[in-house]
Amino acid sequence: MSATTSTITVRNVIKQFGRFAALRGVSAEFDAGRFHAILGDNGAGKTTLLRALAGLAQPTQGPVSIFGKSPQEACREIGYMAHPSLLYDEMSGMENLRYFARLYGIDGDGRCEEAIRAVGLDPELTRGVGQYSQGMRQRMSLARAILHDPRVLLLDEPFSNVDAHSAREMVGLLKGMRDAGKTIFVVTHQALLLEGSADEFVWMQAGQIVDRTATVARAHEGVQ
Amino acid sequence: MKRLFPILSVLTAILLAYALYLALGKGTPTDALQGDVYRIIYYHVPSAWTAFLLFFINFGASVQYLARAKASRQAAAKWIVIAVGVVGTIAAFVPRVQQQLTSYGMRPSAMATTVLMIVALYFLVGWLFPGDRLDVLAVTTAEVGVVFCTIVLVTGPIWARPVWGIWWAPGDIRLTSTLVLWLIYVSYLVLRRFSNSAQTQMLAAALAVFGALDVPLVYFSIWFFRTQHPQPVIGGGGSMDPRMLHVLLINWMAFLCFAFLVCWSRFRLELLQREVEEAHAMESLAGADAASRASLPLSRSSK
Amino acid sequence: MNSMWAVMLATLVKDIRLEWRSKDALNSMLFFSLLVVVIFVFSFDPLAEESRHIVGGLVWIAFLFAAVVALNQTWARELRNQVLDAYRVSPAPANALFLAKALGNFIFVSVLEALMTPLFVIFYNLHVLGPAWQLIPIALLGTWALVVNGTFFAAMSLRTRSREIMLPLLLFPISIPAVLGMVAGTTAVLTGENSAHFYIVLLLTYDVVFTTACLALFETILHAE
Repeated sequence: MSATTSTITVRNVIKQFGRFAALRGVSAEFDAGRFHAILGDNGAGKTTLLRALAGLAQPTQGPVSIFGKSPQEACREIGYMAHPSLLYDEMSGMENLRYFARLYGIDGDGRCEEAIRAVGLDPELTRGVGQYSQGMRQRMSLARAILHDPRVLLLDEPFSNVDAHSAREMVGLLKGMRDAGKTIFVVTHQALLLEGSADEFVWMQAGQIVDRTATVARAHEGVQ
Repeated sequence: MKRLFPILSVLTAILLAYALYLALGKGTPTDALQGDVYRIIYYHVPSAWTAFLLFFINFGASVQYLARAKASRQAAAKWIVIAVGVVGTIAAFVPRVQQQLTSYGMRPSAMATTVLMIVALYFLVGWLFPGDRLDVLAVTTAEVGVVFCTIVLVTGPIWARPVWGIWWAPGDIRLTSTLVLWLIYVSYLVLRRFSNSAQTQMLAAALAVFGALDVPLVYFSIWFFRTQHPQPVIGGGGSMDPRMLHVLLINWMAFLCFAFLVCWSRFRLELLQREVEEAHAMESLAGADAASRASLPLSRSSK
Repeated sequence: MNSMWAVMLATLVKDIRLEWRSKDALNSMLFFSLLVVVIFVFSFDPLAEESRHIVGGLVWIAFLFAAVVALNQTWARELRNQVLDAYRVSPAPANALFLAKALGNFIFVSVLEALMTPLFVIFYNLHVLGPAWQLIPIALLGTWALVVNGTFFAAMSLRTRSREIMLPLLLFPISIPAVLGMVAGTTAVLTGENSAHFYIVLLLTYDVVFTTACLALFETILHAE
């Protein structure tokens, strides 16, 4: 498995927290422009894998390559979203995004307004993000993640505690982004939500990838 | 290695006993001014030198540990140390510096030798303790150093009280600098204990560097303070009867041997502890292999 | 380099705006500072002649306490909602974040000092016998000394248990030469008995050394997991 500039590769990645091994030798190659759903029980290592891809968790062993570069080098091409909103509660959506735009060297409000509208929210809202509903907050967090037009989106449980309508909207949005050429990774417990949208379902268990299927049903189980 | 330890222990015990014997009376005269109390110097001063040596080793190990993270940083650190060595050695013989040194009672060659030894020690530490052993060395020297430093801080006031009538003089440069050094390294040990980061070793190394940068500043700040507010000097300056110096050096040797043995034990203990952790970690790595080979069905829970 | 200053400025402005909006932190800090001064006044009976010798120390201890309370809040907003992760993932330089936080703290602590100083002057009937202008570099350099290391150690304490006690525990030993400089310098100016010149140089050296050290090592600290 060579690291090419059109794939995201992890090669025998091990991540240990003291005695606990969250990732036990994960090896995989992910093609660009596809929508991957990462599933598994709690403690399977899904979040750790995502954070390793984002450059937030340094693997104990094993290289992570995003289009041929390390996650730190590829940081402009990565958009990350997690269950905490990664936003300042006391600022409005636009204010938050304006600030994060600065971190990416983006001037002007244009991109910010675009991103907020893309997730179906109103840029004019002056309420602090802390006062949003969970669904709105997650969408604003997604807006922050796509602000700098990254090639890769890494989303950790974007739909948890989100109302069904917002969740469906977000999935539709992600599908659109995949169609536009972005590579998407979503860690979720809600596999069925992504049926028909995701290109691939990656199953993890006990720190390893145990299966990769095209549909939510796992072929060798022969169940539904 | 295993047999060496008991042999060295016995030798050290003998040396310590001999040193104690000398210190307590047979080899040395009673001090004209202070009486027998002065003998505490044979514990106070060697402990101080030992503590400083250990803390210096800790500093060297910490710098190396931090530098290791990036190759460019490592090269930079190496050249800075060499530069310090060269500049320090040359500077010792520059006339103006020479004047300053003689006012402290130090010969230029002594300063040059000290600087060169510092540089040599830095590289020796890096060579003898590769990789993670640098961090083990850092922990070891910090802990043992704190113990010796405590001895210095306890014996200092015990000495001062009967002789000068005071427990502590805030302007006493050596004792106060030692106190600050002690505080810094205690905070270092607390950081190591309280940190729950995967990068505890890096954080601690950073703190050690800060501490090392701080010490000269402490020294000079107190030194100047004293010139404005003259204070009694605990421990006295001036020359020493050669017999006393002789006993002092023997005591220092004994302390060094003892410190070496304690460090060695602590080092081995820490290494073993880390090996146990590694073994557990490897087990948990392997454990899942066995589990996944049994291919348990994955429950598809949807919320 | 361009992005470094841009990010730093943006972060500083954002922090000031946030601080201004939720004025509770600001207000409670101001009140706390006032309380500290009052406690000192009751503890040290201020007769004009003697007080000049000890006020230097009292003032800086009061500033130190206020600074620690302020410094403990440095990263509080970034911890909530894990905003720090967003920063780590972005290409923004770590030092820009550090400088912004340090400057923000500097401004905040200076405001507190500006509030507490007149109170000390009033309660202790101070008037300065030495060159009063020297108090300004002492105050600026001394505050920066506390704040630069404080911001750094606050970031270090994020990864520890008992975060709030870790900060002063790490900060105080390292700050001793700076505190000596501030106190001795202030006393020298107040009493006019000595020159504060050396202490100003000491503080300047301290600031340069430790600002460099912080900038060199902050990235490592930020990315510690």
